[in-house]
Amino acid sequence: MSDVHSEVSRFLERLKERCAERDRSQGREPSWIAARRQAGAARFEALGFPTRRDEAWKYTDVRAIARGDFALTDSADFSPATAAALTLPLEAHRLTFIDGVFSAALSDLGELPSGVAVLPLSQALAENHEAVGGPLGRLTGVDFSPFSALNTAFMEEGAVVRLAPGSVVEKPILLQFLSRSGAKPVMSHPRILVEAGSRSQATLVEHHVGESEAANFTNLVAELMLDRGAILTHYKLQEAPLADLHVASIHVEQARDSRYTSFNLNLGGGLVRNDLISELNGEGAEANFYGLFYGQGRQHIDNHTLANHNAPRTFSNENYKGILDDRARGVFNGKVVVKRDSQKIEGFQSNANLLLSDRAEIDAKPELEIYADDVKCSHGTTTGQLDEEAIYALRTRGIDLQTARGLLTLAFAGEVLDRVDLDAVSERVELAVAGKLPERFNLAGLVEASLALHDE
Amino acid sequence: MLEVKDLYVKVEGKEILKGLTLTINAGEVHAIMGPNGAGKSTLSAVIAGKEGYEVTSGSVTFEGRDVLEMEIEERAQAGLLLGFQYPVEIPGVKNIYLLKAALNAQRQARGEGEMPAPEFLKLVKERLAQMKMDASFLQRAVNEGFSGGEKKRNEILQMLVLQPKLAMLDEIDSGLDIDAMRVVADGVNSLRGEERGILLVTHYQRLLDYIVPDRVHVLVDGRIAKSGDAELARELESRGYDWVVEETAA
Repeated sequence: MSDVHSEVSRFLERLKERCAERDRSQGREPSWIAARRQAGAARFEALGFPTRRDEAWKYTDVRAIARGDFALTDSADFSPATAAALTLPLEAHRLTFIDGVFSAALSDLGELPSGVAVLPLSQALAENHEAVGGPLGRLTGVDFSPFSALNTAFMEEGAVVRLAPGSVVEKPILLQFLSRSGAKPVMSHPRILVEAGSRSQATLVEHHVGESEAANFTNLVAELMLDRGAILTHYKLQEAPLADLHVASIHVEQARDSRYTSFNLNLGGGLVRNDLISELNGEGAEANFYGLFYGQGRQHIDNHTLANHNAPRTFSNENYKGILDDRARGVFNGKVVVKRDSQKIEGFQSNANLLLSDRAEIDAKPELEIYADDVKCSHGTTTGQLDEEAIYALRTRGIDLQTARGLLTLAFAGEVLDRVDLDAVSERVELAVAGKLPERFNLAGLVEASLALHDE
Repeated sequence: MLEVKDLYVKVEGKEILKGLTLTINAGEVHAIMGPNGAGKSTLSAVIAGKEGYEVTSGSVTFEGRDVLEMEIEERAQAGLLLGFQYPVEIPGVKNIYLLKAALNAQRQARGEGEMPAPEFLKLVKERLAQMKMDASFLQRAVNEGFSGGEKKRNEILQMLVLQPKLAMLDEIDSGLDIDAMRVVADGVNSLRGEERGILLVTHYQRLLDYIVPDRVHVLVDGRIAKSGDAELARELESRGYDWVVEETAA
């Protein structure tokens, strides 16, 4: 018990130091921020870190986070060459954060269309903190989880995206989070706030990547608000170093006729937990959740999704695929809830998992809760191994067993990747999945040949 | 190049091949014919290395190597290639991936480097044209959603790209209409050459009008009951298999 207490108090101690230091260097914060911090800290203190006894954390052990001693940093120093190598080859409006700290040097917003604002949270607060105070925390309160409470207590930096009604951002908005290897592990608590005005359109790419030796903790909260008819495509490409710890809560609010599409592509991170929740509040709203996770070594990847059909004629569609090798562990919990009298709902969910090793493990749980009678819903989950007949067919063409397995693994991933419209992302994931397979694989050459052919 | 000696094979405890002996030399086209259940497909499956076939005695050697001791992929890399009667659908694996991986595996086994991408693409496109297949086939998943004829053409396409030393074609004619049959037969005929052996397994003589074999063997009850030249196939077409079966029994 004293252990648990000291874990929590270590984080609260850090918070106290941080607040005192901030007050000294920057003066007092606006009172609403201070009040929220306090509420976050109090809630976190009351809840403590979740344990395996909590239903929502049954399969995910967060002791690696709770027992960690994470510092906070103010430095955004990062080798430009390393950053360039890690950055997605994508023409984009780019904001870069180093261990949560905004780096102006590594950011390049280019020219934004009129009516579109993309800026670091610190800048948004400095310019007009009241404009931030309204939406911030509206979807993710301190009660959602101990981690959202912790984020609220520590929040300093992140990204604010505002899309005026009718605005269309052609190029993707890239939020790049780089994890740095250093003497001491650090933590960051980024916030992402997107306010998409009616009929606006944008693509948001959240990319987590870093130096391979890094072992930091990221605790992210994203709040995405889609007004009437807004269309937002949200890529989360997780390529964090294998010792990185990552917890994220992504809350989406959807007004009438809006469409939110999530691609949650998880390749990296030692411990990853994502909560993705969409509130379908207006008729005609549509949420698409596509996920692909690839775990190896001792990676632990936990995805919890929830589609809340709060209004009639709302649609959700989910397809998550997991590939687990070695002793990796995956968790998929997808829930569809249809509120009372939300008629004419369509909610489809599917999850398929591929286990490449006897010691890999998946805990998959699809859930449907329906309180209306005129609905079309389905869900299903399958877990299996590679198709032996297909392996045989490939081997009779001279392809060795490992490569045959690699090709079929890539094929399994392809089902989700085929839906990705952003080539730089799908190619990256395709190459990563191929390249991550055992050493003798060189499928990268195949991918290139295929792309070369495609280009002709 | 291929020598099958007194081969006995069991499938699920049941003896299917009972002392089969066959020699194929480079440059020859052999056809194995026979009634259903005679063990025609078993022979090519055993040579390719399919699981579930128990060789109880006899031997299979290819260019002096003991085929039965080789891994499945080693057999293919050595130049033994089987065209399936029922090609497997492999969802998500593009044809182009299969072709490149297969070709490179073979080259690697011979100690050659990877074929450069432009050269590879040129080769594949030529072979596609030969099989009257559209380039879009390369981007499609292997055999997925292909018609019967397309699947068979795809098998021959693989042969044309991989250029095996011995091509074994198991009932390549089944399910083909006359136009597809011509394309497939032209493809196989283009493989004929002094360096190469071809083994056709077929129930019907029709295929042999297009691919004229040097030797025809009739397989009855697990062994070769009768051998002859192309004329034997025509005789089988007009008289059926019964007379061979009766001759064997007598």
